Parts: sequence; structure tokens; C-alpha cells
Amino acid sequence: MSSQLIALLFEGLLETLVMVGVSGGIGALFGIPLGVILILTDRGGILQNLAINRVLGLIINAARSTPFIILMVAIIPFTRLVAGTSIGTAAAIVPLTIAAIPFIARLVETALREVPSGLIEAADAMGATPLQIVVKVLLPEALPGIVAGLTITFVSLIGYSAMAGAVGGGGLGDIGIRYGYQRFLPEVMLAVVLVLIVFVQGVQSAGDRLVRKLSHR
Amino acid sequence: MIELQNLTKRFDTPSGGVEALRNVSLTINQGEIFGVIGRSGAGKSTLIRVINLLERPTEGKVIVAGRDLTALSAAELRAARRDIGMIFQHFNLLSARTVFDNVALPLELRGESRAAIRAKVEPLLELVGLSDKADRYPAQLSGGQKQRVGIARALATDPKVLLCDEATSALDPETTEQILKLIKDIRDRLNLTVVLITHEMAVVKEIADRVAVMEQGQIIEQGETFDVFTRPQHATTRSFVADLIGFDLPPALQKRLSAQPVGNSHLWRILFTGPHADEPVIAELSRNLGLDLNILHGRIDEIQGRPFGVMVVQARGDEAKLIAAKSYLASKQLTVEELEDVIAIDRAAV
Repeated sequence: MSSQLIALLFEGLLETLVMVGVSGGIGALFGIPLGVILILTDRGGILQNLAINRVLGLIINAARSTPFIILMVAIIPFTRLVAGTSIGTAAAIVPLTIAAIPFIARLVETALREVPSGLIEAADAMGATPLQIVVKVLLPEALPGIVAGLTITFVSLIGYSAMAGAVGGGGLGDIGIRYGYQRFLPEVMLAVVLVLIVFVQGVQSAGDRLVRKLSHR
Repeated sequence: MIELQNLTKRFDTPSGGVEALRNVSLTINQGEIFGVIGRSGAGKSTLIRVINLLERPTEGKVIVAGRDLTALSAAELRAARRDIGMIFQHFNLLSARTVFDNVALPLELRGESRAAIRAKVEPLLELVGLSDKADRYPAQLSGGQKQRVGIARALATDPKVLLCDEATSALDPETTEQILKLIKDIRDRLNLTVVLITHEMAVVKEIADRVAVMEQGQIIEQGETFDVFTRPQHATTRSFVADLIGFDLPPALQKRLSAQPVGNSHLWRILFTGPHADEPVIAELSRNLGLDLNILHGRIDEIQGRPFGVMVVQARGDEAKLIAAKSYLASKQLTVEELEDVIAIDRAAV
């Protein structure tokens, strides 16, 4: 492997890391509270509000059912507004984040649903406020599930970020498309795929290790 | 300490409303252990959840320590709940917290400092005998140990009332006994008022000062545990205590019973309660009156520290002797029942 290719791959990997890290991070920042709101406002939740719950659910489902490649193109005006451009790594972060938020929200919702209702009842009986129930009971108890969900999100985002490469988003996917596909360099394509496989493996097993460490069940 | 006034709780279900509580009124005194027993679906679970308003009654008042909880604002209710500890059948401990941090939780919720929490939690762990397990996680504990953590957690805010929701139903008999002993100890030491619901009569017998029996959302019988056990009025109560007390004859003997008295032979069920319960009454009867007494079945037990026995005897002798025997037993304040009649009543009630 030439040093040129290594430098290229390294640069691509860094770009992918930035895209996935930033969009996953911001996605979690919005997605986790959304997941909490979904649980709290659901039927039988401690702040039951079915109107809010239905509307949120609808928006999340709509966002999740839009194929990423279409979402990416559809929100280009918004991307320009936020990133100042619609091409490049910074621009790719915007649709990746938009895709990550509802994804994380649903995974967090599922993780929170696994917390036994008896724990909420016990906290309620101790005189906990709804905020205390969320901070002291729901989130800590669901943390292993949330981390597992975030791991899945990051892996999915790595896949999405490769798609972002197709429209000039940078990163490993971009290298694969431009060098491997458009210039007929199968060895570059292979190298990209291998790096992606190792990357995904790394993220997944790091996530799994963290979940094991956090879980005391 | 706790006064429940005309409580009704209706649940709306797709198939119509269900009344889990129907006009229930109950007074529980300061410092007593009050048992509520009933089959599943009798409403006892709803009853205990109404006391700290985990379930809000559709109608009626819940007065704890002189305050009507149903009239409080959300914030006032949260404060009031800190006076009411609760333990659960499935313990409801936080799996992500250590034993220490589980017990600390109610104090954290109240905003106590780390030092104050430590000063409170350590003696509590001592009290429930888990000082050496402070850094373990609940998953590493046995059921009995988990319930001890639950008890320590419930006591962290110095409550006046302890609610026990089927607290021993997931435990084996030996552990159950230890936990009940602990609850009783704590009551004696802290002068707590304890309400416990259970479907196990043995639990009530072991620990409760008074008991209420529930069926279909209503209290069908209540009183001192000793009285309810020895003189159950309601068929349901009778079936609850039957196994423990030995009211009913073993099946083989029951088959031999006849509906009509046979010759001079009578079956008597003698209840040994009161001050003469431990006297050699049977021996005196046969010696002084020359009565033939054949003991068929019997059980002697202690409820709330008072001796209690049931004996079924076949009494043979002429009418005068039998009447003399009955009046002798009455003079000893023992109750005699003619058995055939009793069984006939049981059949009618079922």
C-alpha cells in the first residue's frame, strides 16, 4: 500500500470520525430528551399527555421513514442556513444529525420502557418529583440500554456518512466513491471497506464493553 | 394514625368500570401492626396504594397523621409521602445503585448533604444487618437481603408509617419469618405504625395485632387477630384460617360423619381460648363425669402470644352427663360446637 493511499485513508477516517462523532453527539443531546418526553407523556406515564405524545411520535416516524439520501437532498436549504454550504464534511453533519435525533429518540424510548414500573412507583412513594424520577431513576437504570442504543446509532451513522460521501460529504465513503468507483481503483475500494469494517467492529465492541461495565442486573 | 373514610376506587376498563374498593372505611392506630388479607383481586393492593395516594381514590378521604392527603397539592403530597415508608413484593431496588446508594436515595431526593446521608444510612444498614454489603449491587443479594435493603430505604426518612405490600410473598418461609421478625423489632423500637397486605394467613398470624379481611373491594371482617382467628364470622375468613387453625376435620374423618346424631354419640368441637385454655379439661371431664371422650383431631397453637387450641372429640354418655359436661366447659369459658351443625352451616355458606 502506498503512503499516499494511507494518508488518503487516514484523512477520510478522520473526516468520518468528525461527521459521526459530531452528529451522534448532537443527536444524543436532542434525541435523549425526546425519548424521555416520549416515555413521560405516553399513556400511563408520569406526565401523561397523549396530544404531545402523538404529535412527537408522528414527526419522529416521518423523519425515520424518509430514506437518508432523500432527506439529505431535501434539507439542503436548511443545511446551507446552518453550515453555510451544502458540500463538505461540515455540511454532511447537518442531515446526519437530523437523521440521528429521531433514531436515538426511539432507541432511548425503548431502553426507558425496560425500566420496571415498580421502580418508578417506589420513587413516587418516596416523594420524588418527576424530574428526580427521570434523573435519579429512569436514566441511570436505562443507561446500559441507552449506551447500547447509541452504539447502534454510531454504527448506522457510519453507514449514512458513506452515503453523504456520494454528494461530496467527505470521509471514507467519499474516497470509496471517487477513487474506488469513479476511477476504477478496486484496491482503494477494498481498503476503504476494510477500514470501515475495522472501525465498525471497534465501535461495536467498545460499546458492548461499556454496556457490560454499566450493567449491574 | 391512619383513617380511611368511605373509600371507593373505580378503574375504567374497556369492558366497563371495575370497583376495586367499595365504600371502605378503616382506622389504624398509632404503633400497631395492621394486617389486610384477601385473595388476589380482593382490592387489598389498591387499598394499600391508596394510603400514600399512589392510587387516588375516586371517592372518600385518606387521613394520615391528622392530614387529609386527598386535599394536598402535588408538592405537599410529596412532602407527606416522606412520612410514609413503603416496601414491595419485588423489592423495587435500583439495579444501578449499590446497597448504600439505594438506602441513600430518599435522602438524596430530600436534598440531604453527603455527610448527613452517611450518618443516616450506616446505622440503618446496621439495623437491618447489612453493613458488610454496603458496596454490593442488588443483583448480588438474596431475596431476604434485598428486602432488608428495602426496609432500610423505607426507614431512611424516619417515617411514621410503614406500608408493606406483599413484602414476604416472594420469599421462602424461613426468610419470611426473619423479615417479619425484623419488621416487628423495628415497630417496637421506633413505634412505627405498620400496614401489611398479604394473601398468607400465616403472615398475619405471626405479626399482626389486628386484621381486616377483604373480599370484592370490601372489608368483610376485622378485629383483633386472635379473635378473627378463633371466631371467624365470615365463610371466607373461615376458609383462610381453616388450614392454620385446624377447624376442619381431616378428609378421612369427614367421610365418616353422619348428618344425624348416632345414638348417644356426639361430635364436639371445643375451642380452647381464654384463661383456662391450658388446663387439663378433657381429663377432668372423663374423670369427674365418667364421660367417654375420644379425641379425633386437635391442634394447639399460639396467636399473638395467647394459647389457642381446637379439639374435635366424640362424646358418649347419657343426656344428663352431656349437659353437665357442656356446662362444665362453659364454666371454663371454652366454646363447644356440635359438629354436624357447623358443617351444615359451612355448606350453606359455600
